[in-house]
This record gives sequence, structure tokens and C-alpha cells, in this order.
Amino acid sequence: MSAGASPDTGRATGISRWRAARPALSQTTRGWTVAAVLLVLAVIFPQVITNQVATQIGVDTMLFVAAAVAWNLFSGFTGYISLGAAVFFGTGAYTVGIAALHWNITGDAEFALLPLAALAAGVVAVPFGLIALRVRRHTFVVITIAIFFIFQLMAFNLNITGGSVGISAPFLTWAPETFNNPFYYMALALAAGAAVLAWLIRGSRFGLQLRAIRDDEDRARGLGVRAMRVKLAAFVISGMVIGLVGAIWFFFIGQVLPQYGFDPLFDLSVALMTFFGGFGTLWGPILGALILEPSEQYLTLRVSNSYASELVWGTLFLLVILFFSRGVIPIVGEWMTAWRTRGQRLAGQPAADEAAAPGPAAPGPAQQPSTPSGRSAR
Amino acid sequence: MGRELYRAIVDGILYGGVYALMAVGLTLIFGVLDIINIAQGILVVLAAYLSYVLSVHLHIDLFVGLLVTVPVMFLVGVAIQVLFMQRLRGRERTSMSLLASYAVMIIIEGVLYLAFGADYVQLNASYVNNSVYLLGFYLPYIYLYGFGLAVLLVIGLYLLLYRTGFGRSLRALMQDQTAARLVGININRVSALAFGIGVAVTAVGGMVFGATNAFNANSGYDLISRLLAIVILGGMGSIGGALVAAVFMSVTEAIVDIWSPTWSVVVFYAALVVVLTFRPQGLFGQREARAQ
Repeated sequence: MSAGASPDTGRATGISRWRAARPALSQTTRGWTVAAVLLVLAVIFPQVITNQVATQIGVDTMLFVAAAVAWNLFSGFTGYISLGAAVFFGTGAYTVGIAALHWNITGDAEFALLPLAALAAGVVAVPFGLIALRVRRHTFVVITIAIFFIFQLMAFNLNITGGSVGISAPFLTWAPETFNNPFYYMALALAAGAAVLAWLIRGSRFGLQLRAIRDDEDRARGLGVRAMRVKLAAFVISGMVIGLVGAIWFFFIGQVLPQYGFDPLFDLSVALMTFFGGFGTLWGPILGALILEPSEQYLTLRVSNSYASELVWGTLFLLVILFFSRGVIPIVGEWMTAWRTRGQRLAGQPAADEAAAPGPAAPGPAQQPSTPSGRSAR
Repeated sequence: MGRELYRAIVDGILYGGVYALMAVGLTLIFGVLDIINIAQGILVVLAAYLSYVLSVHLHIDLFVGLLVTVPVMFLVGVAIQVLFMQRLRGRERTSMSLLASYAVMIIIEGVLYLAFGADYVQLNASYVNNSVYLLGFYLPYIYLYGFGLAVLLVIGLYLLLYRTGFGRSLRALMQDQTAARLVGININRVSALAFGIGVAVTAVGGMVFGATNAFNANSGYDLISRLLAIVILGGMGSIGGALVAAVFMSVTEAIVDIWSPTWSVVVFYAALVVVLTFRPQGLFGQREARAQ
């Protein structure tokens, strides 16, 4: 259960449920409004701000939005925390790189190779998933890390990947001042597509099965969910999107080296962004990436020493895990609800106060006591 | 050929002992606390840098320096447990602790880069450069000393776990935390000590690693991937399994190294994947209980 949807699902009795349903409805409308506003802002961003550094940060941010949403689509929905996302990222990047090199594809035609990246990442995800998804929780995490390192080692050692020299992308003869824009819109389209996909999956029977696995896999299996098949499907879908992210990133940067194609910090970043925003929620990975990636890029620009920015990044990550592991958005949402309902009570209405308390006012105070025991890790 | 193979096996066993020591620390922390300490690799590098500072700037012998680095690393371990890990609660505690230790790893890596830069360094001493003629070939003394020390410490850890009251409470904690609390074991204290011991062994591992390899802050990634692979292969939480897997990894690598140095590591990981396909819990691991 996501913290966003949970307030009105747990309550039982009639009137209070009916009352609780109303804010939920307006929340959905608000969600659509926010989505529309964000999308419009995102579309006009490179037209208004033409600074190349800013648009480059924009491309990176959109790529991370797509990656975090895709990561959350598997890990957030099923509760299987994967630290092997970079496997798909690197696979996507290397696939288009090798294909362009061997088929002598140059210029704009390289973008026709993008579907191949998704395909390759999907193909890699099947054996990866079949091995890793046999175990749960921390053992799963560790196995994803181990498989990630296998891929990085292979990228270093195979001939086809160019070893530590890596692979260069076909040269694009685009004007430098608008070079970033096509990439920005590609990344934005991918991010929006991934978000819509996550939204569709979440509302579907498939999404329900994924969340049933997260809450109690054995019980879900007992109720007839084919756990392995469902998990693997989500794993493959998530991997394909991340593979596309890797391919676009490769064309954008112009080359891939083993340590950046298969980058442990990438694994960590998508997880951090999702946890920061809200693990398992729809908005969490989007807002997490929108907040953290530009901050990190800005930090790297300001603090010229990349090691210092790594230090700050790690500290930030640790603080998020220790104090905001349920996600900034659910926590801030609770604060806002608590603040708003306190205002209501101060405003008076002694007669309505009794009746209103279990209704719209309930989500804040009612959820807070349950957090330390049950949902603190979410 | 036969001679090369023989040498590879001896090398592999000697070096495997050192890996075993570092992996035992990792598996001990996991067994007692259900925490996968991803920072173990960078802690080994941190210990290696500590030995480096002691030997280069203060001219203290590497083995004498252990008298300083072991307690320091012990305290680092206790601090990580008390400051960060102990605060994590709830159902996803293990996964969260994994992420938290990953963050600790990045922080320590950043500090090491800031303090020492990206240049590779190596520990130096007379016994690192001098070799002894033994079993038909020359072997640097450090391999023998390192192996001997690792074996002694693993035996010491074994005795601590199975022959003392503290070890009994540790093992009780491994079996059932609630029951351990009920019979009056101070969970926080034992946990902190276990984490401290698990990290303290990296002081020895780091010294031998630093004397036999050139290292920088980035070496932590290579180390942790090997250590994790060893611990998974042996079975999470199994100390004997970690020993066997460490020696297996080291020997496999040394043998494949005769033909192709670049593929030696990959072969070990491939072996790991094959084992996991048939035995997801590792060689000596317990099958995982129901998730909740």
C-alpha cells in the first residue's frame, strides 16, 4: 500500500468511509492538475531557459525521472529492492553503441536503434530475473549487486565492448546551442511514458498482484498469484525502460566507459531518489528525481571537487534513509494534513467538530501512531 | 604446467585465508544483526590507509601498527552500529540497513579521496619485498605472515563464538532475537560489539591487502563485490561457508589466471551464478524462512 492511497482504505465503518472518500476524490483531481502543470512547465523549459548548462541538467534530470519511475515500477511495487538497475542502463548504452559501430550507422539514423536497446535490456532481464528473483529481501539485493559487478567486469574485459576504452557514439552534426533540446524532449517523452505506464500498471490487476507480493508473497501465492511470472514481467518492463534511458544517455554523452555505463552510483541514485520521494508511490520517484538530480548537478558545479560532492551526496543519502525513509512526500503530506486540521479545530464549529473528526481530519492523526511500528520502512 | 598449477593452488590458499578473514567479519555481522555491511570493502581500504599512515609517517612496523588499527577499526564499527544501524526499525530494516551502509561506504570513499587523492599506494616493509624459498618456489614473506595471522584470528573468532559467554549470547541473538531478549541479553550492547568485531578484522585484512596490492579509495568496490560473492556462495551467516568459499574463490582465480588474467574474476562470478541457480541459499546457508 502506498502512503498516498492508504488513509481511506483501512477504515471500516460507513459514514467515516464516505467522508474520507471525498478528499481522496479531490486529491485525484489535484494530482491531474499538478501533472498537467508539471508537464507544461517541462515542455516550455528549454524554450524559456536556453542556457546550455541548464538544458544539460534538464536532460540528465529527465533521464533520471524515467529511470527512477521504472525502478520504482518493479522495486517499489513489489518491495524487491534491486541494486542492479545499472545492468540495464549499461546494456542499453552498449547495445546501441555496438550496433552503430558494426552496422556503420551515422548521424540521426542512430536513433532508429533505440528499440534495440529496450529489446536487449529485456533479454538480459529474463535470466537475471530468473536467477535473482528466486530469493527474497536482502539476499535478492546482494545478488543484484553481484550480477551488476559481473556485467561491469565483462564490459571491462570483453573485446566487443572495447574494454576500458569504451565505445564512442556516432557524431551528430547539430548546432551546439540547440544540441540539448532534442535529447531533452526524448528524455521527457520517455519519462512521461514511464509515468503513464506506472500509473496504468498500478491501477490494473497486474499492479494489484505486484502489491500483493510486496505485502505478503506467500499469501499472494496461496491466493493464486503466479508470483514468479508476475515479478519477472515487472522486472523485464522496468529493465526495458532503463535500457532506453541508457541508450539516450549514450547518444547524449557521445561515449560509454565501463565504469560509467555500469555505475554503482547509478544503482544507488535511482534508489535514493525513489526513497526520498516516496518508495512505491506514483509521485515519489518523479519528485525525488526532480529535486535531487538538479541539486546534485548544481552541487557538482559549485563544489568543483567531485570527491567533496560525493561526500555530500553520501551524507544526504544517509540522512534520507535514517529520517525520511518513508519518503519526503508522504511525511510532508502528513505534516500538512495535521497543520490544516489543527487550523480547522481552532476555527471552532463545536457541533461539527465531533462529526468531522473521524472524517477528513482522520488521515493525519490516525496514520501517525501506526507509523513507528508498521510503515516506518515504507 | 603442473608446477604452475601447484603454485597457483598454494597462492590461492594463502590469499584465500586473508579474504576468509574479511568475509568472516561480514558474515558475522549479517548473522547476528541481519545487516549486510556493504561498507566492509571500503573499511578494508580505510584500514589499509591507516596502516599506510602509521608506517610512512610514524615509521611503525605494519604488524605493530595493528595494535593501533584493530582498536580503531573496532570503534569505527561500534560507531556505525550505534549511530546509524541501531536507529533503523520496522519490517524493511535489513534492506534499509543495506542502503544505509552503502551510504556509509560512499561517505568514507569521499573522505579517503579527499585525504589521499586518487593515486595508488602500496604498503612497504622488508617482508613485503623479500621472499622465502619454500615448497619449491619463492614466496614473499607477507603471504605467509598474513595467512598465519588470518588463520589465528579465525580460530580466535571461533573460540570466542563457541567457548565464551559472550559468544553464547551472540549465537542466541543469531537464532532468535526476541528469545535472546527474554533471557536477559542486552541486545544493543551485544549487537554493537558484534559489529565492532566484524569491522575490527578488516584492520588485519586491510594491512595484508595493502601490502600485497596497490590500492586507492576505489578499491573498495572490487573488494566488496568479492566479499559479497564469498558470503553468498558460502551461505549468508555461515562462518564455515565463508572460509570454504573464500579459499575456493582464491584458488579458482589463481588457476584461471594461468591462462587468462582478465577472465579469472569472471569465472568465479560465473561459478557463483551457477551455484545460486541450483542452491539459492548458497552452499552452507539455511533456507530462508517465511518472509513475515
